[in-house]
Amino acid sequence: MTKLAIENVSRTFAGTHGGQPVKALQPANLSVNANDFITILGPSGCGKSTLLRIVAGLDRPSTGRVLLDGREVRRPGPARGMVFQSYTLFPWLTVADNIAFGLREKGMPEKERREIVASYVDLVGLKGFENHWPKQLSGGMQQRTAIARALANDPEILLLDEPFGALDNQTRGLMQELLLGIWEKRKKTVLFVTHDIEEAIFMASRVIVMSARPGRIKSDVAVDLPHPRLYTIKTSPEFSALKARLTEEIRVEAMRAVEAH
Amino acid sequence: MMRPLEPVSPLLRVVLGIGFFVLFVAFWAWMTLGGYVNRVFLADPFSMLRDGWRLLVEDNFALDILITVWRVVGGFVLASVVAVPIGIMMGAWKPVEALLEPFVSFARYLPASAFIPLLILWAGVGEVEKLLVIFVGSVFQLILIIAVSIGNTRRDLVEAAYTLGSSSGGIVRRVIVPANAPAIAETLRLVLGWAWTYVIVAELIGASSGIGYMIINSQSRLATGQIIFGIIVIGLIGLISDTAFKALNRWLFPWSLA
Repeated sequence: MTKLAIENVSRTFAGTHGGQPVKALQPANLSVNANDFITILGPSGCGKSTLLRIVAGLDRPSTGRVLLDGREVRRPGPARGMVFQSYTLFPWLTVADNIAFGLREKGMPEKERREIVASYVDLVGLKGFENHWPKQLSGGMQQRTAIARALANDPEILLLDEPFGALDNQTRGLMQELLLGIWEKRKKTVLFVTHDIEEAIFMASRVIVMSARPGRIKSDVAVDLPHPRLYTIKTSPEFSALKARLTEEIRVEAMRAVEAH
Repeated sequence: MMRPLEPVSPLLRVVLGIGFFVLFVAFWAWMTLGGYVNRVFLADPFSMLRDGWRLLVEDNFALDILITVWRVVGGFVLASVVAVPIGIMMGAWKPVEALLEPFVSFARYLPASAFIPLLILWAGVGEVEKLLVIFVGSVFQLILIIAVSIGNTRRDLVEAAYTLGSSSGGIVRRVIVPANAPAIAETLRLVLGWAWTYVIVAELIGASSGIGYMIINSQSRLATGQIIFGIIVIGLIGLISDTAFKALNRWLFPWSLA
């Protein structure tokens, strides 16, 4: 059962100041099953974020289309929740009000909202911080709130654009476990963009590798590691074999990207 | 030792701030009491205080102060009520900006003081004319500055709201406006300071009350002590209202300073 279908989606940006148009993404095809955790792995500038933004509806494809549950995506909406790399919590709202934002836009009554918010505050481990302003939180806590905010809206699919990219290594590892734990508990279709190979394997049921600019989907690697996954799996032979293989593929692309500049 | 951008302790900050006032008054006293400038043109600090006291006790100057404050507040509130919604609309909706921005940019350069003769013709020399001078002087500045800050709203916050299901109206009401509320309040504080300039100019011409009227009246009598007292009163009121405005903003928007 296909949840999300990406059909021949490409994106060309108009040249600035009369320059050549920039091809960011070559026609891509991808079909995502319900409750799959897909990571999209590629070097910077491979168009992976562009692809994710098109799925979100924040950008329009130059060709092709995106279908979610058979309906074409034309604009952003609550069915596709998104977590950004930059910190995008609303600074004038407390943690609790940030998580409740989407529910409020839906017109849900306050009492119901409060229950849902409490459960997601609990899920991401932010009990006691409900009334803090975003500025008072660490980067990791802000991204946990952002994940709770996206999930509280109960989207059909969760999109994450390098959500842990700005975090330090230790925090990033903990965040990966947290997000994976949530996914194992409450199944959800997830599209997760990253340039970190280890992260891509650890989180995924499928890794989509993208090539350097102009971006295109290069390979599609199934990850059959068992669940629940703990951080210790990162040192297992199966994990290492996958990592070696993907490292090789990404290395070629990264070198091509460097040469192209 | 001073290092670039190094903060100063709160006590030292207060001492230095007051210290310069003291230095300034001391210099003034030295120039006037020492006989370096002609007393006819510049009163010394003590006769200034004496003149000021007489103004308050004998000439009912407190009423003039009240009238001027009322004019500033009235004209400024009028300008804000018009400018804030227009500025928000201009910043948020680009066709509105395309329609109004060229005109507002043009009108902003029209000097409010040059409108005074015209406004007197239209509205007489009463309160309406005084309010209109302040209104004309502030409204276009306010619109433009507010529109610019609205236009600079963080795009990633807007995008995040879209992915959470906000409609266009929801984006304006629940993202763009709250995100810029502190900047708008700060703009109001800034332009309120300019409104004080306009009110005095308005009171110099065709007025029969107010601080500006007292000042122009004192000029014909060479009462420089009164003039300086009037100017200092304006400065003090400005300082007080500015401090109050800042405290209000801190209280209204704790999240922007947290």
